Amino acid sequence: MSTPETAAPARAEPTTRPTARQGLAQCAALSWRGIVKIRRNPLGLTDVILGPAIFLVLFGYVFGGAIAGDTGRYLQYVFPGILVMMTLFATMGVGVALNSDLSAGIFDRFRSLPVLRIAPLVGAIGSDVVRQLVSLTALICFGLLLGVRFQAGPASILAGCALALMFALSVSWAWILLGLTIEDTQAVQGLAAIIILPAAFASNMFAPPETMPSWMQVIVSWNPVTHLVDAVRGLLMGGPVAEPLLDTTLWMGAFVLVFAPLSLRSYNRREG
Amino acid sequence: MTSSPTDLAIEAAGLTKRFGSTVALAGVDLDVRRGAILGLLGPNGAGKTTVVKVLATSTRADAGSALICGYDVASQAHQVRQLIGVTGQYASVDGDLTGLQNLVMVGRLLGLSRSLARQRARRLLDEAGLESAADKAAKTYSGGMRRRLDLAVSLINRPAVVFLDEPTTGLDPVRRSDTWRMIKALAEAGSTVLLTTQYLEEADHLADEIVVIDSGQVAARGTPNELKKRLGRQTLDVQLLDEADADRAVTVVSHALGHEPAVDRPARRLTAAVDDGEAMAQVVRALDEAGIKVNELSLRLPSLDDVFLALVGHRPTTGTASVNSTYSEGDQ
Repeated sequence: MSTPETAAPARAEPTTRPTARQGLAQCAALSWRGIVKIRRNPLGLTDVILGPAIFLVLFGYVFGGAIAGDTGRYLQYVFPGILVMMTLFATMGVGVALNSDLSAGIFDRFRSLPVLRIAPLVGAIGSDVVRQLVSLTALICFGLLLGVRFQAGPASILAGCALALMFALSVSWAWILLGLTIEDTQAVQGLAAIIILPAAFASNMFAPPETMPSWMQVIVSWNPVTHLVDAVRGLLMGGPVAEPLLDTTLWMGAFVLVFAPLSLRSYNRREG
Repeated sequence: MTSSPTDLAIEAAGLTKRFGSTVALAGVDLDVRRGAILGLLGPNGAGKTTVVKVLATSTRADAGSALICGYDVASQAHQVRQLIGVTGQYASVDGDLTGLQNLVMVGRLLGLSRSLARQRARRLLDEAGLESAADKAAKTYSGGMRRRLDLAVSLINRPAVVFLDEPTTGLDPVRRSDTWRMIKALAEAGSTVLLTTQYLEEADHLADEIVVIDSGQVAARGTPNELKKRLGRQTLDVQLLDEADADRAVTVVSHALGHEPAVDRPARRLTAAVDDGEAMAQVVRALDEAGIKVNELSLRLPSLDDVFLALVGHRPTTGTASVNSTYSEGDQ
């Protein structure tokens, strides 16, 4: 008879904490859940594929004539903005998914495992990367179809996409905190939407700030989304990149430094 | 206990835990030898789950200490988590992942290589009787299948100590015996098992030692045989026609059985542990000779209630219910 799989052999001494490599492997293993779920339910990608197409067409052809006098020229202007908006919108699912995972019980399992305490939270954000990549790819393809002409090489376009993606992941820490602190999944979704909509629109995403009243210009100039749109616009369509890139990086650092520790604290306080 | 400390997989002393004004644990001591199965027996709300949560590092005790294989659950939680497997009352599996994927993911989290994780996952699925459902999403599983998957997941790291919180509550009898088999195999392979249960039969079947817990305190402990000796193999219930006969009936029954029965006066009922049906005949004769009229006489397997009555001296209390709660006619 073979030894049952339940056999408990002599084991190595337990370690006192996970190494950096183990921690990264754990974050990766937890992010992998997201990919498995997409494979299981590819229709879950419908929103991130069709969303970019719908928004490009709507914004380009509804507002284009009024804002820029020409839909083609407006598409050139608004494309980087829509790219940023789509990545930001796609992040809202992170808090909702975490919230429903917390009530479903799988986090009780993670809690009993010798993993880096923050790994399940990083995994919740990491699970979203594939969705984001699909969304970005769809957006670029639809943009090309509609006649958007990039004014930079592929490396620069990739850098623009990577920057928007990283910004989205850093903002996701705020949704993680919401998902942890608010009991009701619906409320997490609603609150995230109410925060993200004005944050996206009160920027230079859709219209040049010069056309806005001065108080709105102040808000826009402080809005981190504005700096991100500037940087992405520079990387995709040419233009100054260094300063908005620095500002965006600082904002991303700030989001992570504020919301990641708060999330971890909130996670540790929840008792399973 | 005669074991030296190094033989102990679980050593807990004075565990205390409050939730607001509710005392969940009021000083629990536990020692479990390596390789043993300890049955933690008690009614709902006795504190069983809280004991498991403290020992499995998912909640901290307010006072007291606990060591798992010599590691402190509070200050060395990371070490403890490498040594334990935990299965709760509710399955902690990801419904969107398949059974196999659930196992592999946890194996990966525990640092197993992909191939080793898959290999162990396949064998555990076989042992849990889930091989045909291995590639189906866990959310399509029945409750019993999810529970067995959860148990399998908690074993992927071959834990030295396994905590099973009511592993069979709500399972049908066939599935219960499957789970029992897995638990026995686990201990035979050298793991230490702490199992909570509401079922005396389960503790009796699996455990090397039973600790009876009530209202956050240890009420009794011993091997199943020791407890059963104090409890008898069966329970004899005598319901008298007239309450006035109670004292005399106690004397008569004590004389016939050699030990005193428990009395519930309002219900006019005497309850005594007996070893076989012969005892019932003796009691019937003795009562008849004494001219005591009996309303009902029955012989049954001891229930958890009887364990409490015999070992603790009162019936299990839940929440704020009175210790001297009366014995309702519907009780079995």
